[in-house]
Amino acid sequence: MNPGSKCRTCRQPAIIDLPRHNANFCAEHFLELCRRQVVKAIEHWKLLERDDKILVAVSGGKDSLAVWDLLIELGYQADGLYVGLGIGDYSDVSGDYARRFAADRGLKLIEISLRGEYGYDIPTAAKATRRVPCSACGLSKRHLFDKAALDGGYTALVTGHNLDDEAAVLLGNTMRWEIDYLARQLPKLEARDGFPKKVKPLVRLTERETAAWCVVRGIDYLVDECPIAAGNKHLGYKATLNAMEAESSGSKAAFYLNFVERMAPLLAGHLKDDREALRECEQCGSPTSGDVCAFCRLVATASAHERVPVELIMRGRR
Amino acid sequence: MQVHLRNPTRVLEIEGRRKVHALLTELGLNRESHLVIRNGTLVPGDGELDATDVIEIRPVISGGA
Ligand code: SF4
Ligand SMILES: [Zn+2]
Ligand SMILES: [Zn+2]
Repeated sequence: MNPGSKCRTCRQPAIIDLPRHNANFCAEHFLELCRRQVVKAIEHWKLLERDDKILVAVSGGKDSLAVWDLLIELGYQADGLYVGLGIGDYSDVSGDYARRFAADRGLKLIEISLRGEYGYDIPTAAKATRRVPCSACGLSKRHLFDKAALDGGYTALVTGHNLDDEAAVLLGNTMRWEIDYLARQLPKLEARDGFPKKVKPLVRLTERETAAWCVVRGIDYLVDECPIAAGNKHLGYKATLNAMEAESSGSKAAFYLNFVERMAPLLAGHLKDDREALRECEQCGSPTSGDVCAFCRLVATASAHERVPVELIMRGRR
Repeated sequence: MQVHLRNPTRVLEIEGRRKVHALLTELGLNRESHLVIRNGTLVPGDGELDATDVIEIRPVISGGA
């Protein structure tokens, strides 16, 4: 073993280099660092209380399984929620990973199938609404996460968004100066209208760190990406940020974390309060500004459309 | 060494020994977006890879919004 790669804490052989911490770590002390970062996020932004009843949005990928694993390890009570999006093989396989993770650990996983319960899937919804798939997907997931949390009496909805995700969204919103979106881009959104608070405990960990957490912990996750994501803007922003990170370690973390500390408070006063205009959706009771909420309108349009295989919308995008 | 890559899935044969960093640079891969795994264990940036190793270079970037 060459002398360079020793753990900063115990001087045993390292398994990972973390340039932004200017150090290498062994497996044990790498896990400890991850735990510390998550605890720091939870405490600093008051993300979770000890008695919170937590619902984790689980996709079968590294981030959602890592955050679920971390929260259970840290002693929180957390169930999982998996939404079957009907994105071809990707959805079939991702569901298997989520189920296996839960079964191996005796955890409760709630499952919702878009096709089974609402009569549509994401490729069909994209075609039927003539919008990008991720927009129909995001709308569906937000609605179903909220609803499942409300129905199940959960007090916190956890997602696996990591530092790279948040920095990429921040870069996108900054490039267009989307003040409303920027003002809302926080690790915690308070409970409102009967919906639970939404929190992101992994925002102090990079994507490479959450993936490494899974490898070290022996968590089998779906490495392959949603096929629809290929070539999207979000990935472009991530690549840009990682190119900057390669030049200057820690710049990604500084960009996002300093935004939250220094800029977000300045924007808070600009957050439009849209609550007054809200009433209940005639069909599902969710808060909406019209008579029928965006989700119910999506269900109506998409479920009436003939089924569209994922390959078809992929071809349309290229 | 035998190097397993994804997106697209492929296997490369590389002659001789390499440090992890050097291999990633050679393949044009950013260290922030990849992990190098040998026999189920992570190998750090200055870890030495043997000519006979079988390794996986795993991308860690997710695309979901
Ligand atoms: S990449 Fe888009 S379509 Fe695929 S899971 Fe993520 S949001 Fe949904
Ligand atoms: Zn150590
Ligand atoms: Zn509705």
